[in-house]
Amino acid sequence: MADLIEIILFASAVLTMAAIVFAALRFLMGPTAADRTAAFDTLTIISISIIAMLAQYFGRIIFIDVAMIYGILSFIGVVAVARYLEGGL
Amino acid sequence: MSGSGKRSGRIGAVILSGLMFTLIYVFWTGATDPYDISIFTVLAFGTCAVFVRGGIFPRPGLKKIAYAAAYIPYMVVEIVKANLDVASRVIKPTIPLNPGIVAVDTKLTTPIGRTVLANSITLTPGTLSVEIKGSRLYIHWIDVQGHGGEEEAKMIVAGFEKYLEVIFG
Amino acid sequence: MEILRLAGAIIVFIGSVFLFLGGLGLLRMPDVYNRIQAGTKATTLGSMCVFIGLGIYHPALLSRMLVLLAFIVITNPISSHALARAAHFAGVKLVKGSVCDRLEVEEAEDAASGSPDPIGNDTINDDRPAGDLGGGG
Repeated sequence: MADLIEIILFASAVLTMAAIVFAALRFLMGPTAADRTAAFDTLTIISISIIAMLAQYFGRIIFIDVAMIYGILSFIGVVAVARYLEGGL
Repeated sequence: MSGSGKRSGRIGAVILSGLMFTLIYVFWTGATDPYDISIFTVLAFGTCAVFVRGGIFPRPGLKKIAYAAAYIPYMVVEIVKANLDVASRVIKPTIPLNPGIVAVDTKLTTPIGRTVLANSITLTPGTLSVEIKGSRLYIHWIDVQGHGGEEEAKMIVAGFEKYLEVIFG
Repeated sequence: MEILRLAGAIIVFIGSVFLFLGGLGLLRMPDVYNRIQAGTKATTLGSMCVFIGLGIYHPALLSRMLVLLAFIVITNPISSHALARAAHFAGVKLVKGSVCDRLEVEEAEDAASGSPDPIGNDTINDDRPAGDLGGGG
């Protein structure tokens, strides 16, 4: 049973890393600035999930604070970039 | 805000925000010590008394709370439907798309109601709110039905307005 | 107890599948608006499932995960809406084969008729009294 749980969690970590690879490809390829920013937004959400998984893996609750701050900073960053692209900043 | 009776005044807004911050603190730290919680409660209410402005949130009533409680499971079902929709599109060899931006007028009058409506639209199947001008919403729709007229676009917002009209007025 | 841990792990796996599909959609969709749609929706449910699953797997984390989940659900649509609006005003066109673009058409009509914005202004109409700029009491 414990082995099965380990395998499932490992498989989900691998899938999430694949998602990071796809989003990073779009971040590098994206023809316009808006594409890159959308990719950045998605990257941070996926990273928050990965940080939460790491918090569980290492048993360090403090990592979730890191995830929260990362989310807040990325939200502010994306909104600021959006304002800039609009020409309102 | 003295003019509108439907929205909560300054005192109500302070109480609502203070309770919300206390709840977030208790959930975040898992604090059980009453001394700890009471100190934070005093701090939260003090900060809200200085910084919170009234007239944003609706005055809570029994009917509004009931509708808000019913709105959350409705949203969860819509989010799951949205994801199955996106998943079924993404895994096909050629992505079936019929995109366009449609316009629709909303019946909601308060800014907070329109904000919640726009955010809900973004989370539901195939729709993304692009712009709000006054009461007019511009929605990017991944699979436009018909010719994208007002009637088709009404379908998107009708389900949410039923709840949000009661909650936010 | 073991059953609970297994259920948590399976929910985490479902969430990671949605995260994977979100990344794939971001890569495959043809234009910015469709990419934002795939990126936002799939990652919202994906991270929701991951947080709830980890909370069930490790009950000490559950309350924090709920706060994190509420934060993600509230901010994710806001940032994607801001991005879509910015993309439209930065002049990114819809993909070829799109059905209609009412926003483009109506903006052109407004510009042609010369009346500056008959409905309202660009921002949400806030009916505060003039002179009240928010902030303290």
